[in-house]
Amino acid sequence: MTTLTQAGGGRLRWTLVDGWTVARRDLLHWLREPAPVIIGLLFPVLMVLMFGFLFGGAMAIPGSADYTEFLLPGMFAMTMAFGMEATMIAVSTDVQRGVTDRFRSMPMSPSAVVVGRCGADMLNSAAGLVVIIGAGLLMGWRAHGSVGATLGAVGLLLLLRFALLWIGIFLGLVVRNPEAVGAVQILVWPVAFLSSTFVAPATMPGWLGTIAEWNPLSSTAAAARELFGNPGWGGDSWVTEHAVVLAVVWPLVLVAVFFPLSVRRYQRLSR
Amino acid sequence: MSPTIVTEGLRKRFGEKTALDGLDLTVAAGTVLGLLGPNGAGKTTAVRILTTLLRPDAGRAEVAGFDVVRRPDRVRAGIGLVGQNAAVDEALSARQNLELFGRLYHLPTASAKARAGELLDQFHLADTGTKPVKRFSGGMRRRLDLAASLILSPRVLFLDEPTTGLDPRGRTEVWTAVRALVAAGTTVLLTTQYLDEADQLADRIAVIDTGKVIAEGTPEALKSDLGGDRLDVVLHDAAALPRATEVVAAVTGTRPETDPDARLVSAPVRDRVAALTETVRALHDARLAVEDIGLRRPTLDEVFLHLTGHSTAAKEEEVPA
Repeated sequence: MTTLTQAGGGRLRWTLVDGWTVARRDLLHWLREPAPVIIGLLFPVLMVLMFGFLFGGAMAIPGSADYTEFLLPGMFAMTMAFGMEATMIAVSTDVQRGVTDRFRSMPMSPSAVVVGRCGADMLNSAAGLVVIIGAGLLMGWRAHGSVGATLGAVGLLLLLRFALLWIGIFLGLVVRNPEAVGAVQILVWPVAFLSSTFVAPATMPGWLGTIAEWNPLSSTAAAARELFGNPGWGGDSWVTEHAVVLAVVWPLVLVAVFFPLSVRRYQRLSR
Repeated sequence: MSPTIVTEGLRKRFGEKTALDGLDLTVAAGTVLGLLGPNGAGKTTAVRILTTLLRPDAGRAEVAGFDVVRRPDRVRAGIGLVGQNAAVDEALSARQNLELFGRLYHLPTASAKARAGELLDQFHLADTGTKPVKRFSGGMRRRLDLAASLILSPRVLFLDEPTTGLDPRGRTEVWTAVRALVAAGTTVLLTTQYLDEADQLADRIAVIDTGKVIAEGTPEALKSDLGGDRLDVVLHDAAALPRATEVVAAVTGTRPETDPDARLVSAPVRDRVAALTETVRALHDARLAVEDIGLRRPTLDEVFLHLTGHSTAAKEEEVPA
C-alpha cells in the first residue's frame, strides 16, 4: 500500500498539509495535558499581579503615570519572549527522543516539521496574548489608541514572537541535553528583565540602561505603549523616538539571522 | 532475488573519528541481516546512512532499489526505522500516534484510522485505549514504535538495537513481532550488541568493528569457523584447576581457557564424542572431582572475541550522529 503523492506542484501543498498535521499534534497535547498549557498561559498573569500590586506602589513612572498602564505592554512583550523557551524545549525534546529522526526518515514534506512547529507556537502565543490582555483589561489597563494602532501593536507583539521562534528553533537544535536547556532558560530571564519591561532604563546605571534601551524587547514594549496610548518611560534617545520602526526592524533582523542558522542547523543533522 | 540493501565502500567520519571505513554489505530480499559489533563499531552510523538521515562521505548505498543520496524520497517511501529510543509522542495514546504518523505518510484520514486499528490489533496494543505512551512499559513502547514504522508496510525494516534497555519479557515481545514480519516477507537489517539476539533472529550475520565488516556468514558458519564445539568442565574444587587444565590440554591437544570463579576449564574440540569420553576417563584417573561436564556450541561472544581480540563489552561509546 504505497499511496505516495509527492507529485510535482504539490510540494507546497504537502508542506502545508503535513505542517498542519504536525501542528495538530501540539494542539492534541493541549487537550491531553492541559495543566502545563494553563500554567504557561497564567504565568504572565501572575507576573502582572506580582509587579502590578506588589511592586506597583513602589514603582515610580516619570510623569507620575499609572504603573499598570505602563506595565502591561511590557508584560505583553515579555509573554512573547517566554514563548521562546517553549519552542526551544519542544524542538530539543523531539530531537532527543528521535521523533525528529522519525519524521526525517518518512516520505513527508521535510520542511513541514518546522512549519508545524511555527504554526503551533504562534497559536499558543496568540492565546497567551489574549489571556494576558484579558487580565490587563480586568486590572484597568486600556488601549487608548485607534483600532488600527491597537491592531498594529498586537501585530508587532506577534512579530516579535515570530522572530523569537527562530531563535528558539535554533537553540533547540543546538542544545541537545535537558540540563543545557535549563541553563538557557535561566539566561532568558536577565535578557528579558534587562529591558524597559518593568522599569525605565534611565533609572539603571548608564551602560546597563543603554543595553536595556537597545534590547529588542524594549523596542516592542515601547512601540506597544506608543500605539496603545499608554505612558512610556519618557527619555529622548534615538531608540525611544523610533520605537515603532525598531519594533519592525529588530524582529526582521533576528529572523534574517536565525532563520538561515536554523535551516543550516537542521540540514546539519544529516552531516 | 536481487538484494534489497547494498552498500559499497561506505565511509563516514565525524571530525577525527572514523565511524565507517569502507563498509560493504549485501542483504538479500526477505532475509534478516544481523549487524553485530561493539559500541562505536559504526552500526548506528550505517543505519542512519541507509535510512537517509545521514550523508556518507564516500561510497554508495542502495535501499529498496534506490540510491540513498540521490533519491532519499523514494528510499523513505520503502523503509521503516525503529531507532534506539522509541520515537513516538509521549503525551498521545497509541492510536493517536499511529493516526498522526499515518497522516504524515499521506494516507487519507479514513485509511489512517483503519490502518491504526489494524496495527493496534496486530501488536496487541488495542486495549491501551487512551492511555498516554509515557505510561507504557518498555516493551509496549517498542511495539508501538515498530507498528508506527510499518504503517506503509515497508519492504525494508531497519531495527537499531531494538531491544536495548528492555526486560526479558519485552525482548521476547519484540522478537515475536519481528519474526512475524520476516515470515511475511519483510527484509530486515538489525543491529545489536546482544549476540543471542542476532543468533535468534538473523539469517546472516555481519560482524563489524571500527567501521568495517570483519566476518560474515550464517550464525552456524561463524561458530564453526571458531573450531567447532567446546568442551566445558566444571570442577568441584577450584584448587584442582591447574591439574585439570593439564589433563584437558593433553586430551584435546589445545590450550584450554580457565575461569577460576566458575571453576571452569573450556577447550575447543574437533571429535566431539571421543574428546568427551577420553576427558572423563583422564579426569577420573587423575582423581579430580567433576561437578559438570558437557559439549556445547561456542557462543557468538566467543566468536567475537576470537575475531577482534576484544570482548563485545569493552569498547568506547558510539559516536552520536
